[in-house]
Amino acid sequence: MKEEFNIISDLIEENTRVLDVGCGNGDLMKFLQENKTKDIRGLEISKEKVQNCLSKGLTVIEGNAESDLKQFPKSSFDYVILSQTLQAFLNPELVINELLKVGKKVIVTIPNFGYWRVRLQLLFKGTMPVTENLPHEWYNTPNLHMCTIKDFYNFCSSKNIKIFKSIALKKSRISEINKSNLNYKNLDSHLGIFLIES
Amino acid sequence: MNKNIDTKKIIISNPLKLDCGKEINNFPIAYETYGELNSEKSNAILVFHALTGDQYVSGKNPITNKDGWWSYVVGENKPIDTNKFFVICANVIGGCMGSYGPSTINESTGKQIGTNFPIITINDMVNAQYELIKYLEIEKLFAVIGGSMGGMQVLQFVANFPDKAKLAIPIACTSSHSAQNIAFNELGRQAIMADSKWENGFYSNYKLNPDKGLAVARMAAHITYLSEKGLQEKFGRKLQDRDSLRYGFEADFQIESYLRYQGSVFVDRFDANSYLYITRAMDYFDLSKQYKGNLSDAFKETKTKFFVISFTSDWLYPTSENREIVIALNSIGADVGFVEIESDKGHDSFLLDVPSFLKTLGDYINSTYKIINERRI
Repeated sequence: MKEEFNIISDLIEENTRVLDVGCGNGDLMKFLQENKTKDIRGLEISKEKVQNCLSKGLTVIEGNAESDLKQFPKSSFDYVILSQTLQAFLNPELVINELLKVGKKVIVTIPNFGYWRVRLQLLFKGTMPVTENLPHEWYNTPNLHMCTIKDFYNFCSSKNIKIFKSIALKKSRISEINKSNLNYKNLDSHLGIFLIES
Repeated sequence: MNKNIDTKKIIISNPLKLDCGKEINNFPIAYETYGELNSEKSNAILVFHALTGDQYVSGKNPITNKDGWWSYVVGENKPIDTNKFFVICANVIGGCMGSYGPSTINESTGKQIGTNFPIITINDMVNAQYELIKYLEIEKLFAVIGGSMGGMQVLQFVANFPDKAKLAIPIACTSSHSAQNIAFNELGRQAIMADSKWENGFYSNYKLNPDKGLAVARMAAHITYLSEKGLQEKFGRKLQDRDSLRYGFEADFQIESYLRYQGSVFVDRFDANSYLYITRAMDYFDLSKQYKGNLSDAFKETKTKFFVISFTSDWLYPTSENREIVIALNSIGADVGFVEIESDKGHDSFLLDVPSFLKTLGDYINSTYKIINERRI
């Protein structure tokens, strides 16, 4: 978690306007507020988590990214962050399009389903993978659309979404992803972090 | 009502131009305060009351001898802690707790003003209360807060005085009174006017009171403050002090007895004409119309931070109407937080013991107070 927060924070310029979509209990918001910018908002679907955020004095709106991002004007945030949430939406493509409208730049982080530990579980155990990063069983997972680093990379190219920076994370080891190492990073990283723009 | 209330009061000498075109001056505003204003005058919170509320937010209400209407929220060690905050609440104009209203005595005739009182609006109420803030020499409030009609006043206050509050918390309200809300208010008004003792609003000249009409108005309104589920759980078909139906029109059911009681205690503390005037002010409230149909324009000038709260079972001011406010604020990039609190207690949730509401509200106000003060340093 901490490494992911640091990487996201490094991608953000100081004193910019940020929206954290699916902000949970506001941990990333708090982190960015202390390190980067005071001007940060959150959108979260769970009432309980929204209440936790508001209790900390964070500006958070209860809402659903699939229907409620529309209310924000075009390019009204310098950065919109979607941390490990894309896979939980009914329509991830729609959400990405909405994010790209609302934010000048978008940071998406993806739990990588192509990570070798994940692949091995399916290959050898023959069961849906359960890992530290993907702790749910198939019957109770909120993750509807799992994807790999490579899937997301290809998705961006096919939709003409510019990738400014793509970073792979394995434990606490950080490396850049590029076209030539894509297959390897897709196998050897548990998390992908993308800075994109429409 | 009104006559012999020993309440804090100021006389506003500045003329106030009302929306109806009339002008009033030298009129009284009754108010109450709790806690102490700090030396920087940075801890003041202005609370706006709802339709039948008054300035007695907390502690004992000297008129009714009951707890103040927002005792769950305001008081020592309450979510709005009066050890820390200076809380102000004024009786709205049109009201009957000491502020200028239809039961105020016209000094030249010695009689109550009655329905010669001018029609007032939410805008007029807010402008009158701003005079109190000036009188108290508070340059900038920490917060303005209120539920229901109090929430409408919060919205109007920020629109009228964009740099006079750091934080605005409208709760269970709307930016524009809906047809359904106007309909219920009209029902209440017609009940009062249908009472032969109303005498076109000059009942006090005849030493009368349209108690029956006012009680029916209150009973009907009271139903709208609750939820179907809440009513069913609390009352169901339970009978009142009897084992079987009596085959008559007495209050067989507990819910009947409860409503009758609510009606009867209400007439002891509230003026029928005030009920007409204040419900009318609510019906006329349409903030977006004031800004040519664009609600966002009402808040364009403000840097005030907003926190909008609604309740799941509130069908009088439903979440969708509260969300409209959030959407309007978001569309101009205002600083707005929003949550819909889970509660079965209907519109009245904001007045009642709803723990997740009280906790979120209290924590939010206290963290925001800390953050804003730290930023200033």
